Amino acid sequence: MIEYQNIFNQVQVQGPAELGITNGQGIEKERGGTPFFSKIMGWIGNAQIGPIHLGFFGLVSVITGTLAFNIIGLNMLAQVGWSFPEFLRQGFWLALEPPGPEWGLRMPPLDQGGWYIICSFFLLISVLSWWVRSYVRAAELKMGKHVAWAFAAAIWLFLVLGLFRPVLMGSWSEAVPYGIFPHLDWTTAFSIRYGNLYYNPFHALSIVFLYGSVLLFAMHGATILAVSRLGGDRELEQIFDRGTASERAALFWRWTMGFNATMEGIHRWAWWFAVLTPITGGIGILITGTLVDNWYLWAVEHSFAPAYQGEYGYEAYIP
Amino acid sequence: MFSLKWFPKWSRENPKDIYGPAILVGALGSALFVAALIVTWGNPAETSTMQTGPRGAGMGVTKFVADRNAVDASVEDYTSEEPYVPEEGEDLAKDVYENVQVLGDLTEDNFNRVMAAITQWVSPEQGCAYCHGDGDIDTYASDDLYTKVVSRRMIQMTQFINEEYDGHVGPAGVNCYTCHRGENVPSDIWFKRAPVLESVKGWSANQNFATAQSSSTSLPSDALEKYLLEDETVAVHDLEPRAVNEGTPKIQHTERTYSLMNYYANSLGVNCTFCHNTRAFYDGEQVTPQWSVAFLARSMVQELNIDYLVPLKDTYPENRLGPIHKDAPKTACKTCHKGVYKPMGGMDMISDWPELATTEAPVYE
Repeated sequence: MIEYQNIFNQVQVQGPAELGITNGQGIEKERGGTPFFSKIMGWIGNAQIGPIHLGFFGLVSVITGTLAFNIIGLNMLAQVGWSFPEFLRQGFWLALEPPGPEWGLRMPPLDQGGWYIICSFFLLISVLSWWVRSYVRAAELKMGKHVAWAFAAAIWLFLVLGLFRPVLMGSWSEAVPYGIFPHLDWTTAFSIRYGNLYYNPFHALSIVFLYGSVLLFAMHGATILAVSRLGGDRELEQIFDRGTASERAALFWRWTMGFNATMEGIHRWAWWFAVLTPITGGIGILITGTLVDNWYLWAVEHSFAPAYQGEYGYEAYIP
Repeated sequence: MFSLKWFPKWSRENPKDIYGPAILVGALGSALFVAALIVTWGNPAETSTMQTGPRGAGMGVTKFVADRNAVDASVEDYTSEEPYVPEEGEDLAKDVYENVQVLGDLTEDNFNRVMAAITQWVSPEQGCAYCHGDGDIDTYASDDLYTKVVSRRMIQMTQFINEEYDGHVGPAGVNCYTCHRGENVPSDIWFKRAPVLESVKGWSANQNFATAQSSSTSLPSDALEKYLLEDETVAVHDLEPRAVNEGTPKIQHTERTYSLMNYYANSLGVNCTFCHNTRAFYDGEQVTPQWSVAFLARSMVQELNIDYLVPLKDTYPENRLGPIHKDAPKTACKTCHKGVYKPMGGMDMISDWPELATTEAPVYE
């Protein structure tokens, strides 16, 4: 039997470009770009690229986002004396750093974190505009706003890290640097400074939801692929008119672990696990340094950091 | 005639999916082949773990076996010579030679023994001339060469280390070779490096650039000067679980201590758990015995830098000074340790050299 040998999609369909709905009042004019087809993109999704709806908020988002991105990049380039080879060599090390602690919540000079504040301002506008866009697009398409609210959960964590917590701590120096390795250093230092973030219960919850999301995604993806030969990939039809695909998928899980989600409910499971990851994580970050300054000692106080019994006996180990 | 035409015909008439089985057989066969190679030839990336604490606590230092077994040629090249026990009435160096300021109380034989050893340890290529110049033996008293002036101070430094910091270097002790390893200038000395970036100032300027001082991380490059030359506090934790933020160190201080700790670990070829129980880095109740040894080393290195190495700045010629700040070369963990937690593999460096063990008169046994 002839079949397409590809990565994810079993079949790649290419016909005349789908231009989207019209309402007779010219809403299609808001969409830009001539659609084209990419076979490579078709391997992993829809082969049609474009048209795109930019709109007012899209335009604002792209412009401010580009500004933020370029402020970071040009600052990095300036830090290595405008040397492109050095910029490439040190690219993963370089960063646009927040102001030092001595500046508090004041606006520092440009070369001591001022650019960071300006960049963060543009980044904030960009991210919020993109959120509005995701909300408005969903409203225009008469969809639920699930994508926008899920994105808002991620923005909550972003705002905690870059705005709410620094303000509560009284210093912009608490914000995260914009750089590849530097933001990872910040993360480690944050955990060490506050006495081991693993003892922060909200950090633990966030990890549960993160790994839980991964597990649910794998279980759901595998289940649907496994019953697609029975029409299981037509999930919406199966939700409203349960067929043999749904029945067998449900039976599989019930007989495997005694319980099964439903064809509709599994998507709620996935959505909540995904949004609770940054929501709980953001709470954990927000109360670190503002309410709790040493999570290990906090955990000892609440009797969930266990004590070793007796001596460590370290002497016995290293020659 | 012999013909192969039957094969395409047979293939056409008997269509088979050969790709599925071929991939399966190929994958299984390759896995079997690799497994057989590893079993017969050994795993090229084999690791071994040195346990550093009770099991279940994640306390271990894991390394590639190849790295662990690597032979340091400089350790093999070490030469030593037992002292001559002095007898009554022997001539002393200060009576025989002029301008012997530090080792004057040694007998002539022992003095020459130490001089010969220093030549082997520090300037095996250039010989005596490296410090004493190309002149005859009667010009050896001259202090014209900076190398001689520095050597004298380094002998005093070695005596100081062995005498005052036995808790860190004992019982192996140190002599010139522990750092020099046959080189005029020891490897892994350091100079001031920060600020590392242009066009920025303050916190931004001392980090986010791969340097030797930051062990090639993006952590601050001024950790060595802040902690091993100046006396900035290493502890960054609040010992009250509730937030009391006044005066407690900031995340930037934490990054700098992290840079220092990274340097410690790289210098000794170990990881965090060699000294710390990582669940509570700061807690003195949970650290390993090595933590106290390293803790002592910090004040030792500070003293060596401040009292011995930095004051030699004006003695050195231009080419021995730092490339950026024209500062004197300084020492830190790696200058001695060279990537292993016991320098020279813990070899006894001092029993043969009582002259270098104390600032007092040497004790021969």
